[in-house]
Amino acid sequence: MDDLKNIVPKCIEEDISFGDNIVTSIYKKAEEISNEVVTVNDSNHGRIERKIDNLLTSKIFGYPFMLILLGLVFWITIEGANVPSAMLADLLFGFEAKLTALFTSLNSPAWLHGLLILGIYRTLAWVVSVMLPPMAIFFPLFTLLEDLGYLPRVAFNLDNAFRKSGTHGKQALTMSMGFGCNAAGVIACRIIDSPRERLIAIITNNFVPCNGRFPTLIAISMIFLGLGSASKFSSVFASLSVVAMILIGIVVTLLVSKFLSVTFLKGVPSSFTLELPPYRKPQIGRILIRSLIDRTLFVLGRAVMVAAPAGAVTWLVSNIDIGGISLLAHLSGFLDPVGLLLGLDGIILMAFILGLPANEIVLPILIMAYMSKGAMLELDSLESLRELLIDNGWTFITGLNFMLFSLLHFPCGTTLLTIKKETNSKKWTLFTFVLTTSIAIIATFIINAIATLIGIV
Amino acid sequence: MGLTSQSSGFSLLKEKFEIQKKPNQKVIALAGNPNTGKSTLFNNLTGLNQHTGNWPGKTVTNAQGTFKYKDNDYLLVDLPGTYSLLANSVEEEVARDFICFGNPDITIVISDSTCLERNLNLVLQVLEITDNVIVCLNLMDEAKRKGITINIKKLKEKLGVPVIPMVARDGKGSKELLDTIDKMIKKEIKTTPYRLTYNKKTENIVNEIEKKLKNLIGNKLNTRWLSLRLIDGDKQILKSIDEIVKNNSLSKEEI
Repeated sequence: MDDLKNIVPKCIEEDISFGDNIVTSIYKKAEEISNEVVTVNDSNHGRIERKIDNLLTSKIFGYPFMLILLGLVFWITIEGANVPSAMLADLLFGFEAKLTALFTSLNSPAWLHGLLILGIYRTLAWVVSVMLPPMAIFFPLFTLLEDLGYLPRVAFNLDNAFRKSGTHGKQALTMSMGFGCNAAGVIACRIIDSPRERLIAIITNNFVPCNGRFPTLIAISMIFLGLGSASKFSSVFASLSVVAMILIGIVVTLLVSKFLSVTFLKGVPSSFTLELPPYRKPQIGRILIRSLIDRTLFVLGRAVMVAAPAGAVTWLVSNIDIGGISLLAHLSGFLDPVGLLLGLDGIILMAFILGLPANEIVLPILIMAYMSKGAMLELDSLESLRELLIDNGWTFITGLNFMLFSLLHFPCGTTLLTIKKETNSKKWTLFTFVLTTSIAIIATFIINAIATLIGIV
Repeated sequence: MGLTSQSSGFSLLKEKFEIQKKPNQKVIALAGNPNTGKSTLFNNLTGLNQHTGNWPGKTVTNAQGTFKYKDNDYLLVDLPGTYSLLANSVEEEVARDFICFGNPDITIVISDSTCLERNLNLVLQVLEITDNVIVCLNLMDEAKRKGITINIKKLKEKLGVPVIPMVARDGKGSKELLDTIDKMIKKEIKTTPYRLTYNKKTENIVNEIEKKLKNLIGNKLNTRWLSLRLIDGDKQILKSIDEIVKNNSLSKEEI
């Protein structure tokens, strides 16, 4: 063995051209065989594709096209999700009334009805009716873009911006995966070779809103930005505001990446070659099946699993009295001072904290908590949700800050565990948690302070 | 890797990296350039529904699945997409180590028919390592659309291994592939893989090193290929050989 170890470096030293010779021989042979067996009849092939690429990745049209496409996807999602959302809510809450009647006829104790129906069932009904329709529309659309081959073009467009932030252009791809699920986005960071750039991509992946947060963002944007304006354009405004949220997410990603690459993770960006894959005709049928089963139902299943216990906890917290005041009031009273500083309130913060296992359940918990405060209105439409929120002191700023906090705050439990696994370090996991939460707090605090100063609130 | 129930959420935490082979299971490695349809073919053969996306590098996790055809059980390992096996990146190292040291019974190299030349680089490198290779020419429909025709028979002769035209996403060619796999396992197909010869100087030194290697590790591994990698200046290979030698001496002591 030692003999071998000695002889090899000696050979290489004597003539360093071995490696080159090997590589050139391989490439030459490949070319030779290819020339012998391949015939190309049409010299025009690929011309149209190249034209499309020049347009999609051009300096002038690249970004606008990207934004228009993104806006379109959200507009279809919002517009399409409205009706089925209301129908699902009608159906599920109608069933709730029947269940309640059943419990009454069986003379079941009030706490049992409360825990099972008002707690668990109602939260589940909210999760399903708020989340299922947008996901069932968004996921197939997103998968369509992925199958077409558009995602690498996005990476190409954003490469320059990322390089200026001292990071890797492939981060745009991992970000795109984050739209579906941040945990998947973090895993996708394996495509980045340099450890420094990989770490930055992992830490910042959370600033892309995942599907767990989309329905929340969409619902709130429709309430505070959509319905407020002329109803004909409400969904357009709502989708524009969701696009704006994503842009904020991208800008924050770039800023934080820049910040990290000049402070904690210093270094120069490494270069890479990004291959633009050919456009391929997507398989519509397969996309529908796969995105519905793999993504939509899976994500929904996870949300339901987390939502059931969370609903029970929320009901218990709001119905256990200590000294005549409910535990919920105690908790929200405790969090209120912080919440109000951020333009939110104690219950919102509590919903975010309880939503750590999965971001999907933040809004349902919030609704549950508000409703348990006595205002038992029939929540069957976004309009009544809007009334509930306004009754609880929500303003435009609360809506905006709620969306921002949702966009920027700590990653969900699964993502945190994945970060720990991928970085193999508790330190970086904690760092991500603290960094994202600090940014969320600072951003909402500043907006609230400005709004208070100029007297909007 | 796309977004699937296997790639997001809790199941990420239960990921299995080790290849767990049951006795009598034949191992098939699936290699190829990025974005040529490895995952699509993988799904076809295993019936699994890994999501496939249209971007290079999506398979970052090591996917494996099983299937049965005629008399045999197979374990299919989806290797990361690479342009070569010269170990310039982690993906290349993983793919190379598996093909060389993992001893797969068959290695399938899936190629993009629309840019055969680039794909042949990898094919030629795989042919240097192992005899049991099947080359799949995927995306034949796209090639046809672009006016590209490939003389399959001639390519088969040149490479000395089976070449199967495919449209993996429509399942075209899967049957022929399965039959070829079956025949290759039963040793009904003899391959004469094309092996490159290099210039005289390189060949001389390779022969010299190969002799020494044979003394060390015997005939189990492809010593010619290992020698080539050694003079290519590959440090990683030396480490791997070192481990094998140590293992060998260990097992001898045990006996």
